Amino acid sequence: MASLLFEQLLNGLQFGVMLFLMAAGLTLVFGIMNLINLAHGSLYMVGAYLTVAATQWTGSYVAGVALGLAGTLVVGMLVEVIALRPLYERDHLDQVLVTFGLILFFNELVAIIWGRAALFASGPSWLSGHIDLFTGSRYPMYRAAIIVVGIVVALALWYVVTRTRLGMLIRAGATNRTMVAALGVNIRLLYTVVFGFGAALAGLAGLLAGPIYNVQPGMGELILIQVFVVIVIGGIGSVRGALVGAVIIGIVDTLGRAFLKPLLGTLISPPAAESAGPALASMLIYLLMALVLTFRPQGLFPARGG
Amino acid sequence: MRSRILGWTIGVALLIVLPPVLLALGQPFYVDLVRRIMILAIAAVSLNLILGYGGMVSFGHAAYIGIGAYAVGILGFYGFFNGWLHFAVAMLASALVALAIGAVSIRTNGIYFIMITLAFTQMLYYLGISVAEFGGDDGMRLKRRSELGLVDVNDPVQFYYLVLALMLIAVVLTHRIVNSRFGLVLRATKSNEARSRAIGFSPYPYRLTAFVVAGAMCGLAGALYGNHTNYITPGLMSWQQSGDIMFMVILGGMASTAGPVLGAFALLLFEDFLSGWTQHWQVILGPLLILSVIFFRRGLAGILYKPDA
Repeated sequence: MASLLFEQLLNGLQFGVMLFLMAAGLTLVFGIMNLINLAHGSLYMVGAYLTVAATQWTGSYVAGVALGLAGTLVVGMLVEVIALRPLYERDHLDQVLVTFGLILFFNELVAIIWGRAALFASGPSWLSGHIDLFTGSRYPMYRAAIIVVGIVVALALWYVVTRTRLGMLIRAGATNRTMVAALGVNIRLLYTVVFGFGAALAGLAGLLAGPIYNVQPGMGELILIQVFVVIVIGGIGSVRGALVGAVIIGIVDTLGRAFLKPLLGTLISPPAAESAGPALASMLIYLLMALVLTFRPQGLFPARGG
Repeated sequence: MRSRILGWTIGVALLIVLPPVLLALGQPFYVDLVRRIMILAIAAVSLNLILGYGGMVSFGHAAYIGIGAYAVGILGFYGFFNGWLHFAVAMLASALVALAIGAVSIRTNGIYFIMITLAFTQMLYYLGISVAEFGGDDGMRLKRRSELGLVDVNDPVQFYYLVLALMLIAVVLTHRIVNSRFGLVLRATKSNEARSRAIGFSPYPYRLTAFVVAGAMCGLAGALYGNHTNYITPGLMSWQQSGDIMFMVILGGMASTAGPVLGAFALLLFEDFLSGWTQHWQVILGPLLILSVIFFRRGLAGILYKPDA
């Protein structure tokens, strides 16, 4: 039982890492550009597809990942320049509508190029083994690697945002855009860079997710809405909030799916738990969101400067 | 004003004569299509009440279509086929869910509101998928359609006229609501929240009431939609469905009486046209929607009429 719990905790952490990679980009884009981007899930999907294609083409996982990330970065920047630039002065409604149109476009484009059926994606062979846990059970190396990647990205983000000139501009832009522009910073370029950066993070989440979940059109939207829950709980615009929210949601969702049914079975009759367990588990993170909003409508870590 | 009455008269007259003409032409498919459009137009009219007039960007309106449809399906599952009961339960259940979702989400605004309404609808979507008793992911077939007595829903043409009548009632009711004192306050909270607070109106109860009314109205559309498809799936509550309804309102023109109806016809007829042309129609529809948002701000109603003062 203890080893199962520990294993599920790790799975929750691994899912939380995927959520964080998505949420970090989305929350930065919102914080700086005041832009809500529903198509962030499409970039996740693009990252997964490009990596699968590039890995097949080059025959090397590392080269595939590098090309996939670079490709997603470019796609993200193109999207920003072509579709999103006219939207910064518009209200959130227009941003929602345009990025909704982008989702339709990308999902269908991917279906045209690669078909509607799920693609098979595999991790590198050197990550196919298991590692022994101190509890005596074994954990897939690939999932462990995702957790490591997440920690590295979180540290790198923290360093970039708090210790570099780019990070200083990002923070300044989030606080007062007009002032930053007035001080001579090319705010347009900054927007494109940050958006591309966020897109690459989403692409990274997508390519990591490939071997675990299905690579198929529409894969991004399933995770996107959970990422929204993460951001709402963490506080929009806050990277720290995104990290905490992602880990909470990842663990709550995973543990709920694993243990709610047997737990309910001890309280109510097993047949009732059989149907109520999965239903409740699938609603758990949304109920948690409602609870957080009741007490803290601005999330756990509201970003400074609005 | 006179041109509007003329426009409505012509539009309604066209919709009334459409079924016999289409049947005479041997095109019963289009009777079904127009009926589906009018059902979704009811949903769009209800969304317009909160989105267009109330300024609440709800990205979760499909939830109530799902609840209305499942109300019909679940009541039928347990052997209740009375259509009036179906409609009443569909509207009541939708109103209650809207009350719960609204109570949490209206405390927030802007981007939070969009994400929260989307998230709660997704929760209901997953709930629909995980309840195996009512079909889960695969959905459930209605045992029988709603039995209304006066109107036979199994007859495509009778059902068509029922939907037409209900759509017109929804349009008139919404028009009355937004021009009542309640509606004026609701619109005031949209155009200037601080000022409406200053003159003594707290926006929250007005917004919540509008949210619940819109939910109930959309629940009726859901009950009709369940009868229309005769088959209910969680997909009715998908975020794409919410987005579609939103686009109907935007394409038609927000905060206008005829806008949502025009938008529903425009979007769905265009979808039908494109999908007959290529199976990858969404790759064309997506960019066109983007262009329409960027360049075509006031919607179809904006071309036909001058905006409301």
